[in-house]
Amino acid sequence: MSEITPDLVRHLASLSRILVTDEEVEKLAGELGVIVDAVAEVNKAVSGDVVPTSHPIPMSNVFREDEVRPSLSQQEALSGAPDSADGKFRVAAILDED
Amino acid sequence: MAKDQLMPYEQAIEQFEVVIGLEVHVELNTKSKMFCGCANEFGSEPNTNVCPTCIGLPGSLPAVNKKAVESSIAIGLALGCQIAPTGRFARKNYFYPDLAKNFQTSQYDEPIAFDGKVDIELEDGEKFEVLIERAHMEEDAGKLTHVGGATGRIQGAEYSLVDYNRAGVPLVEIVTKPVFGAGAKAPELAAAYVRAIRDMVKAMNVSDARMERGNVRCDANVSLRPRGQEKLGTRTETKNVNSIRSVENAVRYEIQRQAHILAGGGSITQETRHWHEDRGHTSAGRPKSDADDYRYFPEPDLVPVVPAAEWIEEIRATLPENPALRRKRLQGDWGFSDLEFRDVLNADLLDQVEATVAAGAQPQAARKWWTGELSRLANAQDVSPDELAITPAQVARIQQLIDSGDLTDRLARDVVAGVLAGEGEPEEVIEKRGLKVVTDEGALVAAIDAALAQQPDVLEKIREGKVQAAGAVIGAVMKAMGGQADAARVRELILERAN
Amino acid sequence: MSELVFKPASELAQLIAKKEVSSLEVTTAFFDRSEKLNEKTFSYLHLDRDKALAAAKQADAELAAGNVSSPLHGVPIAMKDVLTTKDAPSTAGSKILQGWIPPYDSTVVRKIREAAMPILGKTNMDEFAMGSSTEFSAYGPSKNPWDLTRIPGGSGGGSSSAVAGFLAPLATGSDTGGSIRYPAAVTGSVGAKPTYGAVSRYGVIALASSLDQIGPVSNTVLDSALLQDVIAGYDPMDSTSIPTSLGSMAEAVRRADFKGLKVGVVKQLSSDGFQAGIKELFDDTIAKLVAQGVEVVEVDCPSFEYAIAAYYLILPAEASSNLARYDSVRFGMRVEPEGNPTIERVMAATREAGFGPEVKRRIILGTYALSSGYYDAYYGSAQKVRTLIQQDLDKAFSQVDVLLTPTAPTTAFKLGEKLDDPLAMYLNDIATIPANLAGIPGMSVPNGLAKEDGLPSGVQSLAPAMQDAQMYRVGALIEQLYVAQWGAPLIAQAPNLEVANG
Repeated sequence: MSEITPDLVRHLASLSRILVTDEEVEKLAGELGVIVDAVAEVNKAVSGDVVPTSHPIPMSNVFREDEVRPSLSQQEALSGAPDSADGKFRVAAILDED
Repeated sequence: MAKDQLMPYEQAIEQFEVVIGLEVHVELNTKSKMFCGCANEFGSEPNTNVCPTCIGLPGSLPAVNKKAVESSIAIGLALGCQIAPTGRFARKNYFYPDLAKNFQTSQYDEPIAFDGKVDIELEDGEKFEVLIERAHMEEDAGKLTHVGGATGRIQGAEYSLVDYNRAGVPLVEIVTKPVFGAGAKAPELAAAYVRAIRDMVKAMNVSDARMERGNVRCDANVSLRPRGQEKLGTRTETKNVNSIRSVENAVRYEIQRQAHILAGGGSITQETRHWHEDRGHTSAGRPKSDADDYRYFPEPDLVPVVPAAEWIEEIRATLPENPALRRKRLQGDWGFSDLEFRDVLNADLLDQVEATVAAGAQPQAARKWWTGELSRLANAQDVSPDELAITPAQVARIQQLIDSGDLTDRLARDVVAGVLAGEGEPEEVIEKRGLKVVTDEGALVAAIDAALAQQPDVLEKIREGKVQAAGAVIGAVMKAMGGQADAARVRELILERAN
Repeated sequence: MSELVFKPASELAQLIAKKEVSSLEVTTAFFDRSEKLNEKTFSYLHLDRDKALAAAKQADAELAAGNVSSPLHGVPIAMKDVLTTKDAPSTAGSKILQGWIPPYDSTVVRKIREAAMPILGKTNMDEFAMGSSTEFSAYGPSKNPWDLTRIPGGSGGGSSSAVAGFLAPLATGSDTGGSIRYPAAVTGSVGAKPTYGAVSRYGVIALASSLDQIGPVSNTVLDSALLQDVIAGYDPMDSTSIPTSLGSMAEAVRRADFKGLKVGVVKQLSSDGFQAGIKELFDDTIAKLVAQGVEVVEVDCPSFEYAIAAYYLILPAEASSNLARYDSVRFGMRVEPEGNPTIERVMAATREAGFGPEVKRRIILGTYALSSGYYDAYYGSAQKVRTLIQQDLDKAFSQVDVLLTPTAPTTAFKLGEKLDDPLAMYLNDIATIPANLAGIPGMSVPNGLAKEDGLPSGVQSLAPAMQDAQMYRVGALIEQLYVAQWGAPLIAQAPNLEVANG
């Protein structure tokens, strides 16, 4: 049985910075429960001594020389920003007023 | 904000055992950033050293700076660490506006270096061994400016501005194992450790190591446990303590603050705290909670670093002498007492003294210049002695002129002042200011005669054996000569006259 | 309508090279058709006639000066909206990137421009490539040219419908679990996912970094091969890019022969769960190969059983992290809630409004799979399944040159049919996912129309990593056998879009 409770969905949504309504939480809990039950079978497939694969084609030591390349102009960098000021990206305050 | 209650320090140490742990972030001085070709440069116009990768634009990808990996391995070797056969990058996921991708590319369970140690000697000569857990590579975040509200603080700000020039600058984070047994000296040990790391990376030239610019930053973990208790106490992490003095003060403060809470039956909240150097206290930041679930996983956009043994040895060959061994060697070579040598170390003048000796000065003379007159002048200008506008070679030259009798101590100080004032090399200053010692015996004899005429009883006193009476005449002669006489020669002439 | 649009890219390239037609004429022909028919197929999110025609004129001018930039010089192409283009919006089918014009070109787009190939526009896709139908595009679904009430496959349904509907001779796709091959199968076109790392991912709006790969979409195997030759190659901007050349795919197609060919049929992907008509066509393909003297053996890949489960852990996990950057700070949409919200609340409100339901579902699933306490059971185990799948494939490829499977379990389903059943939607990828988990190349080639519904079916050719040439060889051979039977590629049997109604 799935362990995806509404509270867990709320916690995960907050970790993912997605605002969710109570209605969405209920719906997601149901949908994710079904999916998690289905994907949880990966546990059955593996034993401890299998090495995990994080990269499909084995490679190592891919480096770039320490050379400076052209950067974007400030205008290009800020071109997609919803808001900017003084050459910087402008965002809402980080802390609440209290 | 309520002011913290503190327990007197001695009492805190008596009741509790202090355990500290230090995380030092070192910004590397590579030409380009960790994962892109933008310049790693301090003080540029905002958001001009940025590209799709370091501002995290959709579709951008990282590419690892080889020099940064080499510097990281070098730091690992200098810390006596083992270098990982496979080092892997990992993503540390959390949301913060200075973090362009909302994850930091770092390392997790496979850091580039691990298991090292650093020997630390405190001012009083007591020695400690600080064990290193790991050193790993990661990227720096951008810089936030808080606007509105009180003086640029995050609290009460109306909005914030982000500059990503610093985002992606390579960092090496050095993490110690818990340090036990320093007792009352824990704060001093913490400071000495950070100093040692700073000196090390500076000597290696892998970092500019300027703490005031944030090139070296320290997070200090402090926990207390009642004496005799085995279980570690709850720790706090004081973030971004950015000067050596602050490290000592912040650790001391946390010890006193926690001791007061624990003694009153309270418990410590596991949290991040901020050190305010201006106000001399720490304040609570975010509590550590479930929200700190960083969801590390191997960075799929990068492949592992697998350093070959030959590469590691090539890097090892570039390391400068181990600082501890170097200190031992220099103290032996120079014949300084422990006290003399520690004075030099504590004033951070080892490099200057060494360079002055190398330029031809006697070690003791070099030491006296740097810990004496030059430190005093630096202090007056509010800079460190190495920032004075005089080179070790110039100091050595001035000392040679003293040794040869061409300058008196007093004249030498004037020459130093001239060099600092930008009047040129010591010889030019001497020439321009006319600071040569008066070697014309006739002029000296005339001055002595004049002085003796004022103090006729002096010669008689000398003859009676009261040689110190000569002092008054020497003083008068020196004054008459405007300081440009060799006091020792004047004394000789007076004594000759008495015989 | 110009007949030019029905010609394969390889032929157009030759006509242009011989100066029998100009790039401008060809590009104009596709533009005229696209502007007319895009409302039916909704293949394109963005069309820019002026820029495409300017590029075509430039290509013609270069040709006149004697400069041939590539074997596809002057042939226009549609780009999946997952690729950044500095002169056009790049949205990945998401509202959160609506109108975003990147300050840089992806490596693939740069190579396309350097090859003197005019870009017609940006094609529709499921939001951030999460889906199998384009129904999760924030801008509405694309339609299958064979039946406008059906899905064109996903996530690259914009590219597949553009090519199958002759709105473009070529297109690019991105394949994370089948997003090139599945749409190709259900639209009767050709699509190839190269070996992971063969084509640069720089400038590809990431879904799952360890699975994503860019590849060609076309109506013939040779066209895909020509396009792969243009876009493949080492790129220092992508650290997972393969440093060595995999050779010319077009050569592999032209030299394809049956001599000594050994083919494997995967036991786990040849029986249960496939539509009867699809199964029948697959058996027919195998029979045709046997008739040519090809040796066919059954291979056992037991861990394929866990491929979908592993995939739906790895993909959401990587995606949850890749999509964290959509936070309203540096680009894209921003939603400010009432009052004086903190940045945290602005980010949460923006992501709520800017992401569609499937994206949210997968981000939350991925966050779960990575969170402390669950990592080993989910993400960790899924990465181990990848190892097992690679081991199964290594064993299989020690016996045969390529593996063949049906590309998709069913023909194109009706729009809306699976929208409320995420799990059912995920099963469309059952045959395509193993290639992504293992990094190997795979391509889908049309092998007929299913008897039940008269809709296209595809056969998938899978080759060992780096042996894309082998995959193309077998794809070309299968195509030859069917063209011999039909007298033309399958796509020639597609209904006339100009009279079709949705």
